[in-house]
Amino acid sequence: MRFDLLAAPVDGVSEAYEVVAGFDGALVGGLLRPGAEQIAALHALAAAVSGTPLAGRVAEAVDKTIAGSISDEHLAALVAARSALLGASHDALLARLDEAAGRGREPWPAAGLGSLTGADNLLAAARSWLSDLAIAGWRGIDHDLVSHADQAVQALLADLRLRRLGALLDGFAGELRACAPGATMPRVPVRRWADLWARAVLLAQPGALASTEVGTVSGRLLPLGVDLHEHPTAVQAQVHAVLETADGPRLVRASVSTPKVDTLVGSGVWQLLRGHSALLAAVTEQRAMDLTDMPVTAGGDLIWSDEHTKAGAPAEPFATARVQLAAASAAPVPPLERHPVRIAEPVLLEGYTAAADDDGVTLTLPGLTVEVDVERMHSAGPLTPALVAASTACIGLLRWDGHWTIQPLAVEAQVKRKTVAVHAGAWAGGAADAAGAKAEAAAADAAKVLRERAGRLLRR
Amino acid sequence: MNAARKPWEERSAALVVAPARPRKLAKVPFVELADGRLQGVVSSGSDIERVYVSSLTAANHSFHCSTNNNRPCGGIRRGGCNHLRALADEAVLQYGVERVARYVRAEVAEDATTGAAVLAAADPWHEPSAGAPVFSRFLRHLAYLELAATTEPLPELHWFPAGGAVR
Repeated sequence: MRFDLLAAPVDGVSEAYEVVAGFDGALVGGLLRPGAEQIAALHALAAAVSGTPLAGRVAEAVDKTIAGSISDEHLAALVAARSALLGASHDALLARLDEAAGRGREPWPAAGLGSLTGADNLLAAARSWLSDLAIAGWRGIDHDLVSHADQAVQALLADLRLRRLGALLDGFAGELRACAPGATMPRVPVRRWADLWARAVLLAQPGALASTEVGTVSGRLLPLGVDLHEHPTAVQAQVHAVLETADGPRLVRASVSTPKVDTLVGSGVWQLLRGHSALLAAVTEQRAMDLTDMPVTAGGDLIWSDEHTKAGAPAEPFATARVQLAAASAAPVPPLERHPVRIAEPVLLEGYTAAADDDGVTLTLPGLTVEVDVERMHSAGPLTPALVAASTACIGLLRWDGHWTIQPLAVEAQVKRKTVAVHAGAWAGGAADAAGAKAEAAAADAAKVLRERAGRLLRR
Repeated sequence: MNAARKPWEERSAALVVAPARPRKLAKVPFVELADGRLQGVVSSGSDIERVYVSSLTAANHSFHCSTNNNRPCGGIRRGGCNHLRALADEAVLQYGVERVARYVRAEVAEDATTGAAVLAAADPWHEPSAGAPVFSRFLRHLAYLELAATTEPLPELHWFPAGGAVR
């Protein structure tokens, strides 16, 4: 891998972010009465897309916003412009990463769009709340405004076709709720909330969540590691793996997610997921799985179903990474998912010098010192930042949030003069040690209490 | 070389709210800092069908406690009731004393560690308020466990990394 290629800035990204930062700044005070600075930022946004098919709509939306007569349609146009800039940044960054890794990536197929019926009212309710947020601005949010999302979120979560938007709005509203009222917040997470809001506006457009074409794949699936996502009321495990197909090795992901409550955290979350995917046990046992006609999206996401699987032979992730990863081809990223936060490319790092200080852990490779993203390391597994600092090899996800970072999924480290492999997802299929087992039992107990309470108190 | 870390305001995956800590739920199945209140639900020690809904308002430090059938709690005194005390203790376990004290605007001593310290600083006084909104928040909370899991990817959760390993 050519790490030196990641050291140089990617053309246009910082310029795109500058325009986005201006727009995001306008959301802090709200779009109702933009001041001179915000008006300039809106004009800059329109100018940035003036050479694209969005030009007319965005220019009109900017004029209407400045005139104080903004509608849902105008907000959608502004969000489209912002998303186009970040989508282009994503594409440029990912292209650089692919070049550095020597990774081939399929082009996005010109797939036909599916349809989504019977969701119009719910999506309109979500858009209406998102409009109110944009008008109020982060400084203008209060408890009432935040709680207006509740009904729509509940209904969105219950409809699996709309779960993506529901889980996003729920996590977003949870942060707003914890921080309200906005007027007294010490600091505002300007980029993050603009991101979450903008993605929600995109997903709430008619057709954005329509199902896409799904194919099938067969072959031997070799897990590399597990990426865990969590907000107070949702958890998702995403297994990154190499699939050996008749056409060669491919990088794929397999996800499983579920709604949860905030008191079920840490290693307690695995048990909520385990029953829905035999892959989590295979990860813990370090086994391959043989897939037959498993549904897969054009974006490389397996739509997992145990009925298409058979337990396979032992497969050690570092062996997979060393033998298969360099040759594996990657799937294209679906257009509406393109945003730098979505970059999570599995790589194998070796031959680095690890260093730890008060600011965190860094790995120095030839031509690049990369920061370990310790905020993406969780307590639901045995992998710790200290082990990464003592490691000699690492399977991780390369990410970008203003600069390149590595999120370790597994490391090889010297423990008592022996090289051992430690995996962040080692407890996915069941905790091996006493502390993990205790945390699991406590979480099982918590879930039992809540189910008992639900049985007595929930009226249907 | 690699570009420097961006400030928190400019990060997509900035951590805004620390994850809750696990705790035993038998006595207090639900507690939250929301709607300008410390609020939650305490299971009755004597009647398995009954729960108490307690809340402490941050703005003026008034509190109320009643059953889910809207009967007032019999233990209300100046400074709270047993349910509110249990609620404050569990809130401290779940969120940490600093966050609870900050949310309810109680000025606790730097070495404060307990829910009792938060309540002592707030010195709650009783003012009847509706328990129904809090109880419906609890029912909504319970309903999460009834929702189905899915193996379709949720790409938006890349904004929500599982954290908590900074140890």
